[in-house]
Amino acid sequence: MFLTYFAYISLMIGLAGVLYRVGRWFILPIGSEAEKVSYGTRSMTALRALAAAFFHPCRLWIMLQSFLLEILLQLHLYRQSRLRWIMHLFLFYGILLLLMMHTFDDEITRRIFPDYASTVNPYLFLRNLLGILVLVGVLIALIRRRLDPILRRTTHQADRLLLIMLSGIILSGVLLEAVQIVSPALFDQMVQDYMGSDDPEDIASLKAFWAARFDVGFTPAPHINDAAIIAEGRNLHEDYCAACHSRPRSAVLSYPLALSLKPLAVYLDHLRMETWLWYAHYMISCLALALLPFTKLFHLLVIPITLMTRAFGDSASNHAINRPTRRAIGLDACTHCGVCSQHCAVAPVFQVIPNPSILPSEKLGGLARSAAGGNPPAKQIRLSEGSFICTSCGRCTRWCPSGIDLQDLWAASREDLSRNGYPEPHGWIRRHQAVQWSEILKTMPETNAAQDPLRQPTVRLTDAPNTFRACMQCSTCTNVCPVVALSEDPQRDLDMTPQQVMNLMRLQLKETALGCRMVWDCVTCYKCQEHCPQGVRVADVLYELRNEACRRLNPDRPMPADERIVPGAGAKRS
Amino acid sequence: MGTLQYLYFPGCKLIPFLPQYDRSLRALLAALDVTLNRAELNCCGYPVRHLDFTAAMFSGARVLAIAARQGVPLLTPCKCCYGNLKHADYWMRHNSELRERVNGLLKKEGLNWYAGITVRHLLSALSEDIGLDRVRLKIQRPLKELKVAAHYGCHALRPGDVTQFDNPLAPTLFEKIVAVTGAETVEWPLRLDCCGHPLWGKNNRVSLALMQRKLADAGAAGARILANACTYCQIQFDSVRRECLDPRKQFNDLPAVLVSQLLGFSFGLPLHTLGLTSDWKQT
Repeated sequence: MFLTYFAYISLMIGLAGVLYRVGRWFILPIGSEAEKVSYGTRSMTALRALAAAFFHPCRLWIMLQSFLLEILLQLHLYRQSRLRWIMHLFLFYGILLLLMMHTFDDEITRRIFPDYASTVNPYLFLRNLLGILVLVGVLIALIRRRLDPILRRTTHQADRLLLIMLSGIILSGVLLEAVQIVSPALFDQMVQDYMGSDDPEDIASLKAFWAARFDVGFTPAPHINDAAIIAEGRNLHEDYCAACHSRPRSAVLSYPLALSLKPLAVYLDHLRMETWLWYAHYMISCLALALLPFTKLFHLLVIPITLMTRAFGDSASNHAINRPTRRAIGLDACTHCGVCSQHCAVAPVFQVIPNPSILPSEKLGGLARSAAGGNPPAKQIRLSEGSFICTSCGRCTRWCPSGIDLQDLWAASREDLSRNGYPEPHGWIRRHQAVQWSEILKTMPETNAAQDPLRQPTVRLTDAPNTFRACMQCSTCTNVCPVVALSEDPQRDLDMTPQQVMNLMRLQLKETALGCRMVWDCVTCYKCQEHCPQGVRVADVLYELRNEACRRLNPDRPMPADERIVPGAGAKRS
Repeated sequence: MGTLQYLYFPGCKLIPFLPQYDRSLRALLAALDVTLNRAELNCCGYPVRHLDFTAAMFSGARVLAIAARQGVPLLTPCKCCYGNLKHADYWMRHNSELRERVNGLLKKEGLNWYAGITVRHLLSALSEDIGLDRVRLKIQRPLKELKVAAHYGCHALRPGDVTQFDNPLAPTLFEKIVAVTGAETVEWPLRLDCCGHPLWGKNNRVSLALMQRKLADAGAAGARILANACTYCQIQFDSVRRECLDPRKQFNDLPAVLVSQLLGFSFGLPLHTLGLTSDWKQT
């Protein structure tokens, strides 16, 4: 009774969770298209697109094709990596078939095969085989996460939770079956329920036969050497048991375990181990059901949608209103498998700048939190940094086994970040004037060596007096600069000319230059450096100043309390 | 002499944003019996140079180290990729602290940077490895009477001591290659200036103003077409120009073409392979 309630409560939590997650698809505002569009409009537009997909023969055909090749055969995984394909097929079919044949045996298996019994072959053997598939799948997943250098750094608790939950279900089931095989108490119970005779001699014969052939751990062990008794036992077995019981040796996973537990059988009965394990197995399985919408398991329901949408190609998001919805669905389809990060073109940057948001698999989580409005400013800053390091090469999208249009997600997210106050450094540096940034810098540490040791400068042009010793302020750099040439009033547009920036360097006033417009409007054409008669590395110095600003400053840096330098000029400028 | 072989480094932006450069370049080099090896390579590091020097140098050095492991020179169609790969090579040679740090990171992957790995831009490969005489032999459709403004692109050209591309103050390489097709190159004062793309998305006003000045300059010099040999320059002079500049203003409609399309066309390669439309012939 308790277990039935538990199952129904789990089912309800699971269903409520699914509704909640699906509801979010129409609410999360990702991308500019989501502005000023009501949830109702978004859900209606999505429904129309869904209807259009089902009632259009050509699209229906595409969906069927995607269902067969990508969802049932998972050929897109096969093309990427045989091992990952095997891992996923083992997990997918192992669990799916166990669910159909074993969990819902009354509802499915018995209706198709009326003489079904869980302890008879082929079901006994198949259940064990499927258990092996799942365990092998889990093992490959664990090894994969252990061996790959990127996955080792990005594996989360959530990844482990799923693997632990799956192996928990299988292992508790295997242990339960092993204990059932050897349990004398269970034998007695069954005899009482199903044997049409209560003659002690008959029971003794059956006991001997079951001790000999079915490895029940009776204490004291019955004599099994008397051929007559065994033959009698066999007859009784044929009459009462054989219809439902195959020999346990076909339980390839639990039988070896049962043999090792056999000497403890009576003790295990005494502890009521069979009941405890039954509860454990049942409750972990229910837990998985309840947690389905809140863990990676949710991908089971979402990935078919993303794969089929991908199969539609560009026409999938013809309607602009559907784009934010499609992005939100994409967020839920991510299994955090890490394939995108393994192929990310800027993954090496992550080795120097240890911001996980550089890697697509990690950025996606931050993006999901940001879209839900739950990211604190410090996290938004990291998300923005990682998002603008992305070069839009599109490899993550091409590799994503879940069919998420990551490229589109990143572009929308960069727009959102820029709009909401977290643009790339060239944008947020305009919030204060150069003099104000130099005041802010006085309150900042020189370096953050403890955080990012690999980001500490190696070349240090700006700190080396030799870099500027030769500068004689001839203004050649300024005269050849194409950005200066565009301006009628460089002092107004750029704060300083390149030559003036170099002069500040000579005077060791680096911090006064960090926020000046000239530094950030440099097009990096290197004309200044090429033309400098004294060989000063002007453009390299400007690069170094930007590097230092990025390392030491961030968009949320408040003004120091004392704003006397430029009264009232600290307000945000767009 | 055996067939020329390179490790092809397309760079991040090429295939998603300028696939015609990739296709036309591969067709062109195939016609010249050059073999391009493929590998999954990371970003050259140019886009993160603003943010962090070490990250940019490590990215570039990693690409160089992969080429070293394959034992073939690198070939890139993008001048910004070329520039940053050369910067990485330069600073790895000149700064021991950087070298130790970067090689330490590379070692974890079984890679190693060492001096002497060759990096070629498409133009330098054509002139130095393949040879313009060999290119000239393939010309079937000379581009007579076409006036071309060759746009150099900054990051391959300067700083000259780092990039070693051509004479940084008076380069001739691009004009020589264009001349092979039979086209005429114009002399335009701003030919060595920036296209403006490095500030695209960062300061669009300056970015567009720089491009506009160059277009006006090339147009005034009599050019009918602007030739590029860089992914970013072409994106700027093609898609950004068409999207953002007023087409009615004089010279804002100056079309941009890739050097691989120009050569490929004069080789007689099919238009669709080069990513050119049929109205191109009339130009």
